[in-house]
Amino acid sequence: MAKIIVVTSGKGGVGKTTTSAAISSGLALRGHKTVVIDFDIGLRNLDIIMNCERRVVYDFVNVIHGEATLRQALIRDKRTENLFILPASQTRDKDVLTEEGVEKVLNDLAADGFEYIICDSPAGIEHGAFMALYFADMAIVVANPEVSSVRDSDRILGILQSKSRRAERGERVEECLLLTRYNPERVARGEMLGVDDVEEILATKLLGVIPESESVLKASNQGIPVIYDEESKAGQAYKDAVARLLGEEVEHRFLVVEHKGLFQRLFGRGV
Amino acid sequence: MSIFDYFRTTKKDTASIAKERLQIIVAHERSRRNQPDYLPKLQQELLEVIRKYVDVSQDQVEVLLDNNGNCSVLELNIILPD
Repeated sequence: MAKIIVVTSGKGGVGKTTTSAAISSGLALRGHKTVVIDFDIGLRNLDIIMNCERRVVYDFVNVIHGEATLRQALIRDKRTENLFILPASQTRDKDVLTEEGVEKVLNDLAADGFEYIICDSPAGIEHGAFMALYFADMAIVVANPEVSSVRDSDRILGILQSKSRRAERGERVEECLLLTRYNPERVARGEMLGVDDVEEILATKLLGVIPESESVLKASNQGIPVIYDEESKAGQAYKDAVARLLGEEVEHRFLVVEHKGLFQRLFGRGV
Repeated sequence: MSIFDYFRTTKKDTASIAKERLQIIVAHERSRRNQPDYLPKLQQELLEVIRKYVDVSQDQVEVLLDNNGNCSVLELNIILPD
């Protein structure tokens, strides 16, 4: 049975699309047939993060309207065998995502043998974001250690607990927190909320902590999800998060300041 | 920064301020989360009725809904002027 995972946050710019790209690539690299859907109708961006922007012919909305089949719209990832991308459309009409339409696409994907369906939510709490989370079995709430992001994450958790299909059926969406842009140096100086603080405020299980890293921008520049950068801490932290998603017990890394030796100071990579 | 600030050693770091502020606002927003949508309108209309008889302002009327298992309690707090 397919597991539907929404990557959501409320606030924009915290790393939802970066996370969707990294997590879906990671699951596929681990051998699971995975599809990642861009729910940001009108502002499609997952395609450019995953380097398939020039291969988009049909999109999510075309499939919902019956103008294309799923098979025609799905883009096979060039790096990982088991990964497919369903891009968002560029139409300005955001209400084209109907509940029945989205449900049918998700059911068809599950029937096609996909094990994981990753829904990359748009920012905000409007229709697109609601549709992305409505059918979810699990939610990855992406947050930065910063007041507006944490507050918005709490709102999204509230919506998951009251407005999702699972909530309507009296069940619970499995929620977990992914803290991104974490800077242990600033946390040590008391300038940034620590991971314990955010966990305590949101009372949500921690899936991972992605350190702030130059490699994230380098990855998006090239359209290679950061999880492929094995030297970067961000890439490794995403890999750990994927392992935890698959039920493995992996200790959290990169939470405290590392003291560099002289050699590393002279020759080491900063990230 | 004054010279007194310079000597003050108990200055709070900004992360603790952020945490405190978040805890307060998140608790406040959670308490309102499960309230039905009609509560603000109910509060407004109650206020209008009360105002016919007593001079009270918006912030002196508080409407709360508490859910205790299978029964809900609608609590109305009105601070009457002396």
